[in-house]
Amino acid sequence: MLSIDILLNAIVTGILLGSVYASLALGLGITFGILHIPNIAHPTLVVAGAFFVYTLAQWGLDPIVAAVIGLVPFYLLGVVLYAFYSAVFERKGGANVLQSLTLFFGLSLVIEILLSLGFGSELKSVSVSYIGSSLKLGVLTVPYRLLIPALLAPVTIAAVWFYLSRTNSGTAIRAVAHEERALSIAGLNPASVKRHAFGIATATAVIAGAALIMVGPIEPFAGRYQIGRVFAIVVLAGMGSIPGSLVIAIIIGIAEALVSSYLNPSWSPGVAFAILLLGLALRPQGLFGAAR
Amino acid sequence: MRKNSLVFLAGIVIVLALGFLMPWLLRNPFYFFAGYVVLQYVTIATGWNILGGYAGYINFGAAGFFGAGVYLSAFLFTTFGLPLPLCILAAAIVGAILGVLMGYLTLRIQGVYFAIATLGLVVVLETIVHNISGLGGASGMAVYGPRPPAWSPGPSQYNFTVMLVIAVVSVALARWVEISWIGRGLRAVRASEDAAECSGVPTLRLKLVACALSGAVLAAAGAPYPFYTSFVEPVTAFSLIIGLNAIAMPLIGGTRTWVGPVIGALLLASVQQIATVTISSELNILFVGAVLIAFVAFAPGGISDLFGRNKGRARS
Amino acid sequence: MKTRRQFHKLMAVTAAGLAAPAILGSKVFAQDKPIRVGASVSLTGPLASTKNGQIGYELWRDDVNAAGGLLGRKVELVIYDDQSSAANVPAIYSKLVDVDACDVLFSPYGANLSAPVMPFIKQRDLFMIGMFGLAGNDVAKHDKFFHSGPWGPNSGRDWARGFFDLAKAQGVKKIAIINADLEFSKNAAKGGAEVAKEYGMEIVFNQSYPPNTSDFSSMIRNINAGDPEAIFIASYPADSTAIIRGVKEIGISDKVKLFGGAMIGPQYGALLGSLGPELNGLVNSHTFVPEPTMQTPAIKSFFDRYTPIAVKQGVDPLGFYIPPFYYVAGQLAAAAITGSKSVDPAKMAAFLHANSVDTIAGKIAFNEIGDWKERRVLMVQLRGIKGNDLEQFRNPGHQVILDPPSLKTGDLAGPYNKARAS
Repeated sequence: MLSIDILLNAIVTGILLGSVYASLALGLGITFGILHIPNIAHPTLVVAGAFFVYTLAQWGLDPIVAAVIGLVPFYLLGVVLYAFYSAVFERKGGANVLQSLTLFFGLSLVIEILLSLGFGSELKSVSVSYIGSSLKLGVLTVPYRLLIPALLAPVTIAAVWFYLSRTNSGTAIRAVAHEERALSIAGLNPASVKRHAFGIATATAVIAGAALIMVGPIEPFAGRYQIGRVFAIVVLAGMGSIPGSLVIAIIIGIAEALVSSYLNPSWSPGVAFAILLLGLALRPQGLFGAAR
Repeated sequence: MRKNSLVFLAGIVIVLALGFLMPWLLRNPFYFFAGYVVLQYVTIATGWNILGGYAGYINFGAAGFFGAGVYLSAFLFTTFGLPLPLCILAAAIVGAILGVLMGYLTLRIQGVYFAIATLGLVVVLETIVHNISGLGGASGMAVYGPRPPAWSPGPSQYNFTVMLVIAVVSVALARWVEISWIGRGLRAVRASEDAAECSGVPTLRLKLVACALSGAVLAAAGAPYPFYTSFVEPVTAFSLIIGLNAIAMPLIGGTRTWVGPVIGALLLASVQQIATVTISSELNILFVGAVLIAFVAFAPGGISDLFGRNKGRARS
Repeated sequence: MKTRRQFHKLMAVTAAGLAAPAILGSKVFAQDKPIRVGASVSLTGPLASTKNGQIGYELWRDDVNAAGGLLGRKVELVIYDDQSSAANVPAIYSKLVDVDACDVLFSPYGANLSAPVMPFIKQRDLFMIGMFGLAGNDVAKHDKFFHSGPWGPNSGRDWARGFFDLAKAQGVKKIAIINADLEFSKNAAKGGAEVAKEYGMEIVFNQSYPPNTSDFSSMIRNINAGDPEAIFIASYPADSTAIIRGVKEIGISDKVKLFGGAMIGPQYGALLGSLGPELNGLVNSHTFVPEPTMQTPAIKSFFDRYTPIAVKQGVDPLGFYIPPFYYVAGQLAAAAITGSKSVDPAKMAAFLHANSVDTIAGKIAFNEIGDWKERRVLMVQLRGIKGNDLEQFRNPGHQVILDPPSLKTGDLAGPYNKARAS
């Protein structure tokens, strides 16, 4: 009877953690899933977002408010990054995967080092009134520290998905992935559409950063532990399926929570990758993607 | 071609002879400690380039293969007392098997999935090592190496010579791959996979061969490491810096030929060895990151391409 | 042609003239050559939070040089960054010894980074002061190695015995043990389990978790299910925070009398400041706290000088845990050199084996493998913390020493839930 308690709580914790993972993966879902740019620097950008939130929170701002303020500078950062990326590669007729992976790899290193030079290597955390207490629902104990960041994900994902599927500029973003030439025939500049999309993707990093720093303290190199998870989520959801990524993220979150409850927490880092490798071997187009 | 091969062979003989003689001529052991690291990276860069450079399949998990070699050789030595050459051989075989396994799981799809899966390999292997108490887990494992044979003056010199032999064999292997039918096939794959497939090139089989060879070299590079540090623990065995250097060195040197990774590794590893003891590591990594970005962005052919442009053109 | 030759001659003469005083000097005043002390510090990488130890080294060097050096020679520090990676350690120490010709070596921080250097110093028969490496010399058994840290003999098992002594005195029968999958905490948990067994306690829960775990709710629920009376935790800073927060969120049984043990983090300013009152009631290991039984003018003067430098460098402004023992390392080396009147490793080691040394951390005597003869790891209980102000930790009463009995400044307040609420 006690184990039912533990099982239910583990599942709820898994859902909440999974939802946070979905936030982390959202930006990558746009850059990699839709634009096919393998931006492995995304988790590092999320950490940069977390440090931005941390800085504003030092002045007494709520992390979520800080994240909303951060949307604009991070959007601009994304635009600049894409401008650099395209200046280097696209005019040479597109980058090969090897080059762009390497470029973002180098970029993430540079960001990490700049963060650690700027903030030091000590752990940073935010203290907010709701961190440390929890919501009690029968046998469930749900910490606000997880609940609030977990609620951010569906909200941002819904907003991004609404934008992509219901607005003109959103449709242009999805179109550019499929047929770049058609877009230019329709009178739109593919480069500026992509730049805009990359800006949005980078802006989501600051929201995810707020979620990350609320869940637990962070350090400049924290992004590395997330790379595997976020790619697993984007790939398994099926490239470009943004709502699908929420489902996959929650599945991974639950799997990790169950493994650490019933098996041993020390196996949990391998869970996301084991799921990814299995998924790639069995269903390479992803669970929610169309067959290619 | 034959004349080139003769020159290459002569070069190998000279390098090996120097490798066996140097420890007796140069008294200061520091050079052999530092030199070991440089040669280790020559091997890693060469191994990485067999798949990454020739076939264009990027492997972020070099540290996974390296770490597997480290732990396998540490385990075989401490439990069975296997001699070092056999440990290296065993590591190479296991590395090849790992490579084929990774390739088989992911290479049928696009290259980018392979890259992502290799990121995971490191995490999965590190998690496994953490959970096997026989390997010491997080506390690590002390490895007191064998007494060096009579032809070498001390353990650091012995490790250096062993690493030199591994590096030379790896470079020779890479050169052989490059000029054989495998290399021609891989270049076709890199240029256009679909076209290669259509014209009857067995692309999957070629890629699997490249995976196996690359994995074998990367794991062999790790095999002497336990004897170099006398101690292994998962964090350094699977360190990100290995994965970073494995990519950065060939890209800086040039990925088309066997010369590129060797130049890149000699250059970058030497700079790092000097930098470790002079500037902070943050600036060191910042430097590697910036150089990497600069080369990818502005000189994708690497150093060997900048200087040997005409030669490269003539050959391709 | 002629002019060029003349020019060369001129240059040669000038060079000889410039060099002459140096050559002459080195002959006449050979004793003036500075004594070189080599060390590797983790300035970057995961262990960079230990870099404040370097301030301890530097303050010691300045003090020694201000007092005229050792044996009339100045002291010079040669410090390299090992980037928290064991892979860099062999080359760094070879450089320190073979190129820089250091007379005394300080080890890198902790057991994992020190392990690669042990065979090296044993084989070359060098003198080294060990920095915080738990059981660092238990395998190599090198007779010229001395710990600056207070772990005591047989430290792999016994260093946290104080926690179990307290638990035993409280009549604890059931204990839970959790640890991070990292070297220090893993060894702490392993040793803890052995001591618990020796004391006849039942271990109701024993699990390790990977570094960077951010959610402990399921683990805490599993612990609660085992119904322990004491919980021994060996964690690193990030997880220490997460565990303490998790306990606050999930709650813990009123039966728990002791909570803590080997958590890294609540010794550092960063964590003390960010968690503040949430730390009340915790019983944890430490190496120095400003309680009346430990406070001396010497160590007070050390911290008076440490703090402004630390603030300027942006490292831990309190620095109780690591920096004093880096200063101690210097004092041990100085005692060995002046005591044996040489920099010969055998003579220096013989002196330290034969004599006890007065340091800012008290009097230290060594056993044959360089452990402190007496373990002096503190078990302190954090109490009466109000707000997040760091200055309160400089006053006595907030980090009460429960063990060892010789330094005790108070009794355990418990159970944990009650101590936590106060």
